[in-house]
Amino acid sequence: MSSDNMIELAQVRKSYFIGHPNEFEVLHGIDLHIRRGEFIAIVGASGSGKSTLMNIIGVLDRPTSGSYSLDGVAIETLHDRELSRIRNHKIGFIFQNFNLIARSTAIHNVELPMLYAGLSRHERHERAKELMAMVEMTDRARHQPNELSGGQKQRVAIARAMANDPAILLADEPTGNLDTATERMVMDVFHRLHEEQGKTIVLITHSPDLAKETDRVVTLRDGQIIEDRKGVGHA
Amino acid sequence: MNLWENVHLAISSLMANKMRALLTMLGIIIGIGSVIGILTVGDSLSGSISDDIQSLGARNVAVTIQARESDISRAPAFVQALRNGGNAAADKDLITTDMLANLKAAFPGSIEAVSLTETVGIGEVRDGQRYANLTLTGVNADFTVANELTILGGHFLTAEETESFKKVAVVSDKLVDNLFGKQNPLGQTIDVVIEGIADRYTIVGIYEYEESSLNPSMEADADINTSVYIPLNTALHRTGSAGYQSLTLVTTSNTDAVAFAPTVEAFFKFYYDKNPDYVVRAFSLESMADTINDVLGTITIAISLIAAISLLVGGIGVMNIMLVSITERTREIGTRKALGAPNSSIRIQFIVESMIICLIGGAIGIVLGLVLGSVGAYFLESPARASIGNISLAVGFSMAIGIFFGYYPANKAAKLDPIEALRYE
Repeated sequence: MSSDNMIELAQVRKSYFIGHPNEFEVLHGIDLHIRRGEFIAIVGASGSGKSTLMNIIGVLDRPTSGSYSLDGVAIETLHDRELSRIRNHKIGFIFQNFNLIARSTAIHNVELPMLYAGLSRHERHERAKELMAMVEMTDRARHQPNELSGGQKQRVAIARAMANDPAILLADEPTGNLDTATERMVMDVFHRLHEEQGKTIVLITHSPDLAKETDRVVTLRDGQIIEDRKGVGHA
Repeated sequence: MNLWENVHLAISSLMANKMRALLTMLGIIIGIGSVIGILTVGDSLSGSISDDIQSLGARNVAVTIQARESDISRAPAFVQALRNGGNAAADKDLITTDMLANLKAAFPGSIEAVSLTETVGIGEVRDGQRYANLTLTGVNADFTVANELTILGGHFLTAEETESFKKVAVVSDKLVDNLFGKQNPLGQTIDVVIEGIADRYTIVGIYEYEESSLNPSMEADADINTSVYIPLNTALHRTGSAGYQSLTLVTTSNTDAVAFAPTVEAFFKFYYDKNPDYVVRAFSLESMADTINDVLGTITIAISLIAAISLLVGGIGVMNIMLVSITERTREIGTRKALGAPNSSIRIQFIVESMIICLIGGAIGIVLGLVLGSVGAYFLESPARASIGNISLAVGFSMAIGIFFGYYPANKAAKLDPIEALRYE
């Protein structure tokens, strides 16, 4: 059954300890299955728990209770070092504020995940050049992040997320800091990766219009899934 | 992620904050610089002392009588020798020619020469405005075997002269400068006044005065006290002495002078066992040099340790700046973790950065220290000696400081919660 589902969350709860004796529960038992190759949007108002959910899906955080299996691997049994490996190999993060490493050129940023994966200099460089070509940024490869526009930065970030050919792309408000035209361009890149490479993509957004483009829209409110319906993109 | 990647990363991060990196390094530069400087001066001093000993004669064994009751008998031999000057020994306590004849007969293969000296006293020669301080010393023919003298004019006292009661003298070039200026002093006479009694001597030779690190002179050139050498018998006649307080044995080249010294002491025990006041001590110049170098080494290390305190301060500076740097780069650390960097990679990245600061600082410090050390050695008039050992020690020490003071900040970075780090503004 796991072969079909990339992500299986069962009764996932997450609470934060905010001083004795209070615990603040952000996620109240989430059940969510995401199929391999699915393009899914998670929407919700701020404070609905969507960032917490993304952190758990991206194994940056562990659920307080419940189970999570990613690509058939039960996450709760793993050590920190193994979680690092999973982030490195299976997950590609894309952030709202890009989070490119300043002082490193665009292409060096793209090489970074491969560095941690232990690829040789030559392998890294060849793969990074391919990825930069994929996001049409070849001519900007040697530029530093502060010399790039927002859309260019996000394209570099997408190339970086794709570096180790991950199973899932996790995008947290990827167009939140971009104008409409660049937003379109970035979304097109996601559609292309989804259609041409069959990537599983989890898009976190508060924009209903963007969410509609995906296969499936999951709506969170107060730490619970209140709606799970097919999107327009599924047609 | 290999070491080279980390080094590259560290350097690019330092280049982004050049001024800050330089100021941080300054503590390490000053620390390593002063330690290396002090060690270089120390090495130069002990090196030139060893050289002086070699030129004075590593084969020499100094034999001297020493007062018994003193508590200093456990102090190094040369310290005792220095203190003996104050004690007046009676004729019965002195080393006699008979004893020496027996000594030579007992160790025929070990003793090459016996240099005997009789110091008449410290005095001066006065000629109108001109004067020269001197020590009047009678010497025998073996004196030149035990001591290296460069003769600039005339000749040193011949064997014949030293056996005679002639009033001839060999003087230093300094004395000549002070008394005669440009005149040729050979054949001239000088009136040496010691304790109010004047004696007239004819100059037959001039030797070159050499200041050694063993007895550096703080006097101005005009006041330097130099030795005036006269025949041994002339001196003995003047002092009326029946023997010798001290003498120098020159061992043969196949004899170990350090090992021979106690043998000589044991030999004299036979004569002095019943003497209530005096014993005979013998020590080789080589062991004396070892003792001086030990003392000098201890002093050098002590001063270096004080200088090393500035290294500690420098290390704390490095730690401080690493903590600042990690706070500034919290988001970067979060990003790296999200991209799959394990904690160990983050830790190594920052430890390498701290090590690079300390190593570059250390390298600059070594250069600075060598320059300072050379200047110091120049003023002490001993050749500067840079030791590879000290330099490797400094490099190792800077690396150790980098690791020690970099570990805490690096570990703090490694343990950052990636979510908190990514959210950091």
